[in-house]
Amino acid sequence: MDYLSIIFEQTYKILFLLVPVLVSVAMIVWLDRRVWAFVQKRQGPNVVGPFGLLQSLADALKYIFKEMIIPSSSNKVIFILAPIVTMTLALIAWAVIPFGATQVLADINVGILYLFAVSSLGVYGIIMGGWASNSKYPFLGAIRSAAQMVSYEVSIGVIIINVLLCVGSLNLNDIVIAQKNLWFVIPLFPMFVIFFISALAETNRPPFDLPEAEAELVAGYQTEYSGMMYAMFWLGEYANILLMCAMGAVLFLGGWLSPLEIYPFTLIPGAIWLILKILFLFFLFALVKAIVPRYRYDQLMRLGWKIFLPFSLVWVVLTASFLFYFNLLPVN
Amino acid sequence: MIAHSIFFYAFSLIAIISAIMVTASKNTVHSVFFLILDFISISCLFIMIGAEFLGMIMLIVYVGAVAVLFLFVVMMLNVAQQKNQWFAAKDSSKHIPIGLIISTLIFVEIIIVIGGWKYKPEIFDINNSLTQFSVSNTHSLGKILYTDYIHVFQISGMILLVAMIGAIVLTFRQRAGVKRQSYIKQISRERVEGVEVLEVETNKGVRIDD
Repeated sequence: MDYLSIIFEQTYKILFLLVPVLVSVAMIVWLDRRVWAFVQKRQGPNVVGPFGLLQSLADALKYIFKEMIIPSSSNKVIFILAPIVTMTLALIAWAVIPFGATQVLADINVGILYLFAVSSLGVYGIIMGGWASNSKYPFLGAIRSAAQMVSYEVSIGVIIINVLLCVGSLNLNDIVIAQKNLWFVIPLFPMFVIFFISALAETNRPPFDLPEAEAELVAGYQTEYSGMMYAMFWLGEYANILLMCAMGAVLFLGGWLSPLEIYPFTLIPGAIWLILKILFLFFLFALVKAIVPRYRYDQLMRLGWKIFLPFSLVWVVLTASFLFYFNLLPVN
Repeated sequence: MIAHSIFFYAFSLIAIISAIMVTASKNTVHSVFFLILDFISISCLFIMIGAEFLGMIMLIVYVGAVAVLFLFVVMMLNVAQQKNQWFAAKDSSKHIPIGLIISTLIFVEIIIVIGGWKYKPEIFDINNSLTQFSVSNTHSLGKILYTDYIHVFQISGMILLVAMIGAIVLTFRQRAGVKRQSYIKQISRERVEGVEVLEVETNKGVRIDD
């Protein structure tokens, strides 16, 4: 009976986390298209529901009722597995994101490593989809995407080391609490900028959306996908984007902490602050999509390996020496 | 405890079955995917015995980077079409003795290490120093790596660096005749160099590329 109650309680908690994440993914797609449209002086989706809020729901319905086409020359098992892997990996990472001092599904002590590991696994969904389609464009897109994600993960890893030097713990809640006096965005501002750009590349967002560059590769690794499988790729991609925003908010913007510890701000629960920070970062993502032209592939690789990696490595040395010199190293 | 052992047996079963499938599956790309599954279940086992740092590093390094390179190589070499007929082919039976010798060697090594550890636990001082700290796995690992074993740690880092530079030196070649983009050149271009204003006579035209 004990086991059963534990299982029910955990399932309830997981559902309570996953359903809002999925709904917010749908909303965020609408927000993305709206911001993109307003920058270009268009209206964007504004017909379905109030302000077009239900547009994503309508799209999802359309995808559900469409036929799923599985190419006859594809590797069927892996072809079907690929969107499932993408979607699952995008969702399981949310288990460690802290929404408050106690509001976290799994408060594990290597939380940030878990996040990093899951986001580095995300490349498999894309490679599997690209390879199993057995077609030129998906394969090219998958190869591009794999190279891109592996390169930008390196600099994200080094940036995480920067933050960890200031915290002295791998637990995400400890990272948030360490920013009680000063958000890390202020002392580590260059790292925040590099993290933001690397997150764009890691999630294949414009200006780094080379894996699905429609002018060159039709739709990259998703070319052969249709119906619900395409929708799963799409949901997984946006869930990953939200996750990257959440990671940025936790690492640099103080997670669930309120900006000022004074009366009217402390009334608002931490989860709301975290959501506001995620939304702010996502707004920046959407703006970048609208205003920056696409990078060329060699420029992308040059930026990742020759600029971001050395710069963030030097910054690790700087941070470590600063903390060591002023005796600020966190010791527990 | 029951749930713990159920999970342990599930993960180890997946690990063993996928390890067998790595060698037995006919498609090489499938083999790599089974290898990845094997890595993941092994890292789950690591996490179950309380070595959460090792498990996560296993996921990041092996699954997130090394296996991606494996996949790349296997896909690019187009060995997917070559069927890896392990059980059917006659040639492969030649390799069975070598495989048996290597696996026996590995088995004996594991027996020696585990047997020695069980028989005389005090000679393994890593084990002792781990239990000194009542802190998490990651902390105790860091405390040992950066104090007692700092030289070994740094030497292994240097070996990796040398290997990396060596690989770059071996594969890097400067090809002639490749047009490269120079950002400085592009940005520092002036109007005078780029544009030339000519008085063109009627019906004569201009010769470009003179």
